[in-house]
Amino acid sequence: MRVVEKRQLLSAEEISRTLQRLAHEIVEKSGGTKDLALVGVRRRGVPLSERLAKTVKDFSGVDIPVGTIDITLYRDDLSTVGPQPVVHSNEINFSVDNRDLVIVDDVLYTGRTIRAAMNGLFDLGRPKRIRLCVLIDRGHRELPIEASFIGNSVQTSDTEIVEVHLKEIDGDERVVLVDRVP
Amino acid sequence: MLQRLEHLLGIEDLTREQISFILDQAKPFQEFQRHPLKKLATLRGKTVALAFFENSTRTRISFATAAARLGADTMNLQAEASSLKKGESLLDTVRTLEAMRPDGIVIRHSSSGAPEFVADRLGVPIVNAGDGTHEHPTQALLDALTIRDRKGHLEGSNLTILGDVLHSRVARSNIHLLSKFGVRTTLCGPAMWVPRELETLAPNVRRVTRIEEALEGADVIIALRVQTERLHEPALAAEEYILRYQLTPRRLQLARPGALVLHPGPMIRGLEIDDAVADGPQSCVLEQVTNGLAIRMALLYHLVGGAAVEPPPPGKTP
Repeated sequence: MRVVEKRQLLSAEEISRTLQRLAHEIVEKSGGTKDLALVGVRRRGVPLSERLAKTVKDFSGVDIPVGTIDITLYRDDLSTVGPQPVVHSNEINFSVDNRDLVIVDDVLYTGRTIRAAMNGLFDLGRPKRIRLCVLIDRGHRELPIEASFIGNSVQTSDTEIVEVHLKEIDGDERVVLVDRVP
Repeated sequence: MLQRLEHLLGIEDLTREQISFILDQAKPFQEFQRHPLKKLATLRGKTVALAFFENSTRTRISFATAAARLGADTMNLQAEASSLKKGESLLDTVRTLEAMRPDGIVIRHSSSGAPEFVADRLGVPIVNAGDGTHEHPTQALLDALTIRDRKGHLEGSNLTILGDVLHSRVARSNIHLLSKFGVRTTLCGPAMWVPRELETLAPNVRRVTRIEEALEGADVIIALRVQTERLHEPALAAEEYILRYQLTPRRLQLARPGALVLHPGPMIRGLEIDDAVADGPQSCVLEQVTNGLAIRMALLYHLVGGAAVEPPPPGKTP
């Protein structure tokens, strides 16, 4: 099995422009920044949520709280994956009660990660509302979950993989569609 | 690459990397103890057998709570109710437990080596919750987590252990664990409880007779519980122990400023430890209890979770 790059979906500049737009959309559709908070899903949702918050700060002057959630303990496939994956801490230093939360992740695929993230958030309190913001929606949902804020929608086959490279984690910055070929 | 743990039988055979991994994995579970809703479904459908062949309240409740918070069910076997009293062998008792298909067994036993004996014969992850005078690995791990949190690191500290070291599995596990991190250990207590052989347990272990000398330069002090049944005339009267070895505020001043005071519990106030020390700012006893939950949750998550082992084919059930 080899992995080959099929095409680039977003360049660094396009990622930056998409995040600008998403930040504006989030504030616009929320009617301001009151009670608003972002929660990045480990790992790549974390830098994305921080960049969104910085953009909001730049155009509105408001610091919206940003947290990090680790979904490991909420996964539904733990009994099938062999050795247990390493657990990381959540870093949510604000009360989620009555918050207007936006979960931030890089790719929306089956929806299972987002289900896990919502379960994790409910263990911390009772948010007023939870919405979802993703950089890429690649389809193939296995749960009734949709994003409120979408950077790009991409048609994919189920053997393909959407790889998001972010400079904070990967060193480079781009989104590529790769395929597994036998 | 970290060697995957199958059981937790003791600290002695663990590498420093394995210990650090367990301590790191306890961090998210420490944070979890502050959640308003303390219930995960991570180990839902798994069963943890708690086989306590020796009395225990604190450790048993800690393991039971850790399992419950991970969503696992528990089966309880306690010494008073067990068939051991009726003459059943340890192996038969645990085989009966195994036949109920638990996903892990936590075992405490008065005989050193009992958890290993069981681990060699059953195909279930075993956690040692204290065996004879051998080891109490989860206590040492929670102590290390407590020290690391307060000091920021374990390396290079001076540890003093006070009391009945000879009969203490807590002391043995702590010495094994901390010596792997370069901690220098001083043992202090009545000579009959601190025999020379203990110096060979691990590198950098020494014995000191006078408590004043033992406390000088200490960064961490572990006061062991003194079993009152071991204090009697003429060998050693309780009054004499208090006079010579009790950890008092005055003696604590001989240690490094801000030295930590740990106690595995249950504490006997007025015997091995003075009230003012037990309740003072240097005391970590309640953090130890909370950290015990985090350590045990991390261990159960890694040992009991994961892919289910294929059940043996029909007709081959042992």
